[in-house]
Amino acid sequence: MITTLIRRAIQAGFVIFAMTLIVFLGVNVIGNPVDILINPDLNQAERLRVIQNLGLDQPLWRQYLGFLHGLAQGNFGDSFVYGRPALQVIAERLPATLELALCAMVIAIVIGLPLGLYAGLYPERISSRLIMTGSILGFSLPTFWVGLMFILLFAVQLGWLPSNGRGETAEFLGAKWSFLTRDGLAHLVLPALNLALFKTSLILRLTRAGVQEVVLQDFVKFARAKGLRESRIVLVHILKNLMIPVITIIGLEFGSLIAFSVVTESIFGWPGMGKLIIDSINLLDRPVIVAYLMMMVVLFVSLNFVIDICYTLLDPRVRLDGKG
Amino acid sequence: MTALLDVRGLVTAFPGPEGDLRAVDEVSFQLARGEVLGLVGESGSGKSVTGFSIMGLVDPPGRVAAGQILFDGADLAQADADTRRSLRGRRIAMVFQDPMMTLNPVLRIGTQMTEALHAHVQISRQEARARARDALGLVGIPSPEERLDGYPHEFSGGMRQRVAIAIALLHRPDLIIADEPTTALDVTIQAQILSEFQKLTEEQGTAVIWITHDLAIVSGLADRIAVMYGGRIVETGGIEEVLRAPRHPYTRGLIRSVPSENTRGTRLAQIPGVTPSLGRMPAGCAFRSRCGRADAACAARPGRFGSLGAYHRCFHPHEETLA
Ligand SMILES: Nc1ncnc2c1ncn2[C@@H]1O[C@H](COP(=O)(O)OP(=O)(O)O)[C@@H](O)[C@H]1O
Ligand code: SF4
Ligand SMILES: [Mg+2]
Repeated sequence: MITTLIRRAIQAGFVIFAMTLIVFLGVNVIGNPVDILINPDLNQAERLRVIQNLGLDQPLWRQYLGFLHGLAQGNFGDSFVYGRPALQVIAERLPATLELALCAMVIAIVIGLPLGLYAGLYPERISSRLIMTGSILGFSLPTFWVGLMFILLFAVQLGWLPSNGRGETAEFLGAKWSFLTRDGLAHLVLPALNLALFKTSLILRLTRAGVQEVVLQDFVKFARAKGLRESRIVLVHILKNLMIPVITIIGLEFGSLIAFSVVTESIFGWPGMGKLIIDSINLLDRPVIVAYLMMMVVLFVSLNFVIDICYTLLDPRVRLDGKG
Repeated sequence: MTALLDVRGLVTAFPGPEGDLRAVDEVSFQLARGEVLGLVGESGSGKSVTGFSIMGLVDPPGRVAAGQILFDGADLAQADADTRRSLRGRRIAMVFQDPMMTLNPVLRIGTQMTEALHAHVQISRQEARARARDALGLVGIPSPEERLDGYPHEFSGGMRQRVAIAIALLHRPDLIIADEPTTALDVTIQAQILSEFQKLTEEQGTAVIWITHDLAIVSGLADRIAVMYGGRIVETGGIEEVLRAPRHPYTRGLIRSVPSENTRGTRLAQIPGVTPSLGRMPAGCAFRSRCGRADAACAARPGRFGSLGAYHRCFHPHEETLA
């Protein structure tokens, strides 16, 4: 098991290294930040000085080495726009996105898993058919449209919930969190639900498909032949076999929740990373874009790593492979 | 004396596109305590479904559509789900055909054994573990204490089948339904497991329904035999009588197709034709499409000729003994 994990860690290192190259090159050919950032009224000498300050006069490979060097120290350079370290700019927005994504994921699991289990165990019931129809809606309705409908209904018409911003926040672990205050929590509800909709459907359908596959297995029938209670068969024999695919999806989708919460954050004026990255792309704020992309790479790679560890904990067959 | 198991007119049907398909069609047989019944027939003849019907484990939408399953006098076909569950594993156990699929891959062997105990008796975890360990030892698994912590993939097919047998024996059931438990195993291991299984059930006085397509196995193991074709029992009786003087042409064909001392070197007589699928069974006698003795009378459905313990379903039965 240890050797498997070490091998995985080395692989992850390679992936991250390859991504530094791709990210760096990709961002350097998108556009010329000089045109955007530098006041056209400046004279040639001043212009040159600014370019030198930003390090944009160096050959690409030098810029890349400098970039790697900075990276090793967690330094992505200063944001062109904010004039502060890019990583710091992003880190300030991280808690907002993180709590939104976490809430959405929890909602998706708490709703998707049991409903999927139910629909898989009793596929012929009308309630199961309703659940599956609902999940198709959750799948196919565009997130932004549902978000707007939420605002229209719950914020504008009914006036139950706020629809813009994070509301009141409270300090915890040196960051500001909305979920710690009543007002913040109220602000969190609509965007989290909106973001959770698609993932709920996904987990639900995956769980149902898994259940339908597992219940046909001989070992489920044998468990019944032993006279086990239905609850034990479902919660131990079936659920434990389902956890492997479900955890994979939860892990990967959590990454995508963070990476692609742009739409929801924009609709609900949620000041998270999604909104930040859109602004940064518009302004070609290279250090921020690069830092953000690298952060996402590290996020996905680490999630994969965590999923791998979960595998070895959940599936004894994987554990054996690692010994060899 | 009442029989331990008395199956009467059992019909188990699966809904098909053109109405119900009867995988088990008016099956009747009896089994006394401690008796071994060999349930024989080729693949698809309804042996497993018969076993699952007795267990109450027919896959929906299949269902027991008619008949009685009298176990110790009570009709299981009418019993509620809780009663049936409390019998399963405790008084009626089952061993499946494929040991590679029978055990849950993500649960320890010990867990899969102790849960079977806890399902029926109130005992401490230590006691359950001790009983599980003893049961593993009984079926010939070396260092059972350590093996309890193993996972199924760490066991060979033969060892897994021993585990399944150990689980089936945990509660010293009155009846074990063994559904081709050695078919998927190597020949040498087959013989070992067969003889150990026979020894254990004999010691415990367990009645056994041994399902197989292999007549040779049954002849050395069973007290009585029931031969199935197309979902029906076409012939049943004491093992010696049936093997010596099979009445039904299908039984006779089956016996003739088994290699033995006196047929060595000669061509084995195969039953002509193939078994029709369930939906295409001929009306009347199901064996009609392959039977050399068939005539117009066979278009009617043959009833039971003989007693409940020894009967055949043929209008033109053989009278002579086999050479
Ligand atoms: N779950 C099921 N659904 C539909 N048909 C089934 C099912 N299980 C068994 N059958 C049908 O019942 C018949 C008997 O099957 P089975 O009892 O498994 O035969 P065998 O004698 O080989 O054990 C077969 O024709 C099979 O197609
Ligand atoms: S009833 Fe007729 S067709 Fe059926 S086995 Fe007997 S002789 Fe053959
Ligand atoms: Mg079978």
